[in-house]
Amino acid sequence: MSDKSEVLVRFESVQKSYDGEVLVVKNLNLEVARGDFLTMLGPSGSGKTTCLMMLAGFEPVTHGKITLAGQPINNVPPHKRDIGMVFQNYALFPHMSVAENLAFPLQVRKVSKVDIEVRVKKALEMVQLDQFGGRRPAQLSGGQQQRVAVARALVFDPALVLMDEPLGALDKQLREQMQYEIKHIHENLGVTVVYVTHDQSEALTMSTRIAVFNDGVIQQLAPPNILYECPDNAFVAQFIGENNSLSGTVKEVKGKNCVVDLDGGGTVQALAVNIGGIGSRTKLSLRPERVEVNPVSGSLPNVFEANIKELTYLGDHIRTRACICGQENFIVKIPNASHHALLHENTKVQFGWSIEDCRALDG
Amino acid sequence: MKLLKTNKFAIASALAAVAFGVSSASGADQLTVVSWGGAYTKSQVEAYHKPYTKQFGTKILSENYSGGLAEIKAQVEAKSVKWDLVDLEMSDAIRGCDEGLLETVDISILPKGDNGVAAKDDFIDGAITDCAIANIVWSTIYAYDKSKFSGKKPQTMADFFDTKKFPGKRGMRKTPKANLEFALTADGVPARDVYKLLATKEGVNRAFKKLDTIKSSVIWWEAGAQPPQLLADGEVAMTTAYNGRIFNAIAVEKKPFEIVWDGQVFDMDLWAIPKGAKNKAEAMKFLAFSTDTKRLAGQAAWISYGPARKSSIPLIGKHAEAGIEMGPHMPTAANNFKNVVQNDFEFWADRQDELNERFNAWLAK
Amino acid sequence: MDMAPKTLETSRSEILSTVDGQPLKKALARTERTKRFKAILLVAPLLTFITVTFLYPICLMLFRSVENPLVAENMPQTLEVLQKWDGKSLPSELAFAAAAKDLAAARKSKMIGRLATRLNFETSGLRSVITGTARKVKKMEAPFKEAMIQARSQWGDVATWSTIKRLGPTIIDVNYLAAVDRGYNVKGEIELRDEDRRIYVSLFGRTLLMSLIVTVASLFLGFPIAYLLASLPLKYSNLLMILVLLPFWTSLLVRTTSWIVLLQTQGVLNDVMVWLGLFEDEQRVQLIFNAQGTVIAMTQILLPFMVLPLYSVMKTIHPSYMRAAESLGAHRYTAYWRIYVPNTLPGIGAGSLLVFILAIGYYITPALVGGQDGQMISNLIAFHMQKSLNWGLAAALGGILLGGVVILYWLYNSLVGVERLKLG
Repeated sequence: MSDKSEVLVRFESVQKSYDGEVLVVKNLNLEVARGDFLTMLGPSGSGKTTCLMMLAGFEPVTHGKITLAGQPINNVPPHKRDIGMVFQNYALFPHMSVAENLAFPLQVRKVSKVDIEVRVKKALEMVQLDQFGGRRPAQLSGGQQQRVAVARALVFDPALVLMDEPLGALDKQLREQMQYEIKHIHENLGVTVVYVTHDQSEALTMSTRIAVFNDGVIQQLAPPNILYECPDNAFVAQFIGENNSLSGTVKEVKGKNCVVDLDGGGTVQALAVNIGGIGSRTKLSLRPERVEVNPVSGSLPNVFEANIKELTYLGDHIRTRACICGQENFIVKIPNASHHALLHENTKVQFGWSIEDCRALDG
Repeated sequence: MKLLKTNKFAIASALAAVAFGVSSASGADQLTVVSWGGAYTKSQVEAYHKPYTKQFGTKILSENYSGGLAEIKAQVEAKSVKWDLVDLEMSDAIRGCDEGLLETVDISILPKGDNGVAAKDDFIDGAITDCAIANIVWSTIYAYDKSKFSGKKPQTMADFFDTKKFPGKRGMRKTPKANLEFALTADGVPARDVYKLLATKEGVNRAFKKLDTIKSSVIWWEAGAQPPQLLADGEVAMTTAYNGRIFNAIAVEKKPFEIVWDGQVFDMDLWAIPKGAKNKAEAMKFLAFSTDTKRLAGQAAWISYGPARKSSIPLIGKHAEAGIEMGPHMPTAANNFKNVVQNDFEFWADRQDELNERFNAWLAK
Repeated sequence: MDMAPKTLETSRSEILSTVDGQPLKKALARTERTKRFKAILLVAPLLTFITVTFLYPICLMLFRSVENPLVAENMPQTLEVLQKWDGKSLPSELAFAAAAKDLAAARKSKMIGRLATRLNFETSGLRSVITGTARKVKKMEAPFKEAMIQARSQWGDVATWSTIKRLGPTIIDVNYLAAVDRGYNVKGEIELRDEDRRIYVSLFGRTLLMSLIVTVASLFLGFPIAYLLASLPLKYSNLLMILVLLPFWTSLLVRTTSWIVLLQTQGVLNDVMVWLGLFEDEQRVQLIFNAQGTVIAMTQILLPFMVLPLYSVMKTIHPSYMRAAESLGAHRYTAYWRIYVPNTLPGIGAGSLLVFILAIGYYITPALVGGQDGQMISNLIAFHMQKSLNWGLAAALGGILLGGVVILYWLYNSLVGVERLKLG
């Protein structure tokens, strides 16, 4: 659709402090390409919303530069930035009808009445609300309001749309449905989206790239699959998806791999991703679905005896909590397939995993 | 917590009110006497209340009001009369009596004068009515601040209305009473013709036309304590006032004020008992006590209002605090009593509704 | 044709019953009854209080504005004779004789003063005619016509008799007519009062005008304060709120008196102006004891009633509305006028209604600082309550004021809707 290499938004060494004592955003460098769906993901207080507000123009930048399509926008007031925005509480104007809400950005841009009518109609069709133009926002359901908010942010064809946790107020089912709708709108229109959320599954569903924020710093910026499969550090591994974390000390480094002595006993071979030298602390990251039960002897380098503590039936898989190498909360997801292993609580089994699936990260 | 506090407070004050109400209702040894406040009430407290309490032991509760029959009417109609004795203006005393708001007074309770003359003959004309007995003679006069006029001083009623010769604001009571009389006197109408003229439409028009000439300079007062204050504050250069109030300011507070007696409108104040007063007998006793020759003369030692008994006049002495000879400061002193209009209560009782309405309309214009 | 739905209805209601066969509606009503009873019990004290201290006095006041028992009770014979009177020439000897009898009886029953006062409200001068004649009537002999006219010449006046006849009914409208500067003439027609006695209509007009000015002024002054209150951080807005509420904790009298101290010609403001040399000592301006002083003092006193509803509405306007408007391309001012201000309308409506209604009935402040042209209708109501004792006219004026407020409320309800009224 569009040239992926063209940079639309660029943060250059951006810093932000509210009180002059604490940096909420520490030296942020980030590029958003045209057509990207970039999600800023992180726990609350990680600085993601602040970044969005600086981009929208509602918070001044303490230090550094933000450019939009090559132009610095630090001193451009919000209404001249031409950025659409969807708010957490929708922020639909309660005294205007849906159609008037959509017409508002066009009116202030002095678009002719005829054009306004056409574009409002098109936008309403896009979100399947053609029949609701005359209603007041309060007469709509939460999902409908959300769609109006999205339509309003898009109706004036902005180059960039910001969304600040827009689905936070919806129930789970509606949220998932809206995720796909927003994703499809993004794909169809080719508009660039910067999306803020603390919900990792939402981020994984919609984004082309995800920036994981913690403590005012981007921990990792990558497409969803890379983020999940190859986390760069322990925070990302823990924050994205479910993760088993085993602490230990590096004993030996052999090329791409390393050998780690676990604190709870046992020696594991792992992929050396983000570790110091021999003797440094590390955390091993292992996804629960990558653990094999009773592997064929010799097929995997890491095989340990485990004591099954708890089994939870979850339909598509059985969630198993076991004790292994002194680690009490070791989780394994056993698929509910025809040949899956039959386990019983308080029995002993063998768990095994490959070197590639076990990533040694920062301690 | 907050609610609790408010409740406690409300309960406490309610209890206090009940306790107070009970004590004032049950105590026959207590009398509620209502008057006009300020120097006037003080003169009554000194001359009547204190000696009475000393002699009979009855406690006297002194309350203030600003004239009119409204409160009495409300109390009588509600059948809950809290006042025992009220100091009324003549027109209100007559009207209150007519409307059955006041008890009738048996004149046989009034003591003879010191010189042995019967009360009926000792009181000046008009001082004894069916429901009320006069205690003082007072005047509405006008007074000015001497320091405001270095050259010629105001001397006549006409000077009050002459803002060219004597520039400055004027204070006047916010009522047509006395003001219409002043206006006609200032316009050259002889005292004896004032009410005759005011009974006609032309006369009223003439009075209002005269008032028109100073309307823009007038500051209106309502309570008797206001005019000396207006003068003292420099808000007005001259003001109409009750003569006793101005005298008090001159004698006690040493203000540089001067009274102009020309055209004074003189009137009487009377004691009356609201119909159904709780302590009626005691109030009658107090009424008789306070209007004997000695007490009336005694009041004149505190304020420059004339006693309503002829036998009291020779007894008038010096002011109790300032030591000034009081005789020459009475409205009835020969020097002051040259051009005088006596308030015609009958006229005012008849005309006040119409004239008040017209006065209010005139004010609002 | 229309039997079908009916049978459907009955059959349905037959179906709807509880398990043991009771009609469902009945069962529901019974379970709700205790609940309702408890609710009534809870509001009963307030309901009683309001009825006794509010509704009853208002009804009493409205009744007083039309009731007129005095003449009917005390001049029954005269009124009976006058029923057949043509109203053009003097009535016959019969009427005079009846009046003499009535007056004698009224004097005996001590009602003569009240009767005289009532008649005097209507026609000035009748008071002394009634009381004076009543004093002499005992000694009068027939023919009473000559005797009474000799006692008081007004008995020879058709107007005197028509006044008595007009005030005959026990329910009358003269108070309301007087309250709009109108009255009956000798012929019994309604006409305007003499020009120099007309006051109430223009005073009602001025009361409305001054209340409107006070309302607009407090809206202009209150809106920015409320906005600041709603947008400042809590730490500062609490302090500001205390400043706004401070006047509530001070006595109304004290506040009004402080305005006098501040604004009178020898007051602080004039002193400062003279000291600054803005004008000479002789040119001091009259700022109080007139309409302007009343408006200034009333605006200050009523301001919190504007600020509080505005504040409570503004507090609910989420800041994201303004941000949304800006992000959609609206300049700050456009966003403010098109998004923020329209959303404060319920507050503006409530505040204005509250201030306006309070202002048209305001009494103490105009009484103290109104001087001659700053008086409002309430001051004349008080005058008739306290000074002239014409309670009927006071009640009529109060009734008109009450009617005005009710109309205003109805207008607001039909234009804006009372459910949108937000008082905080």
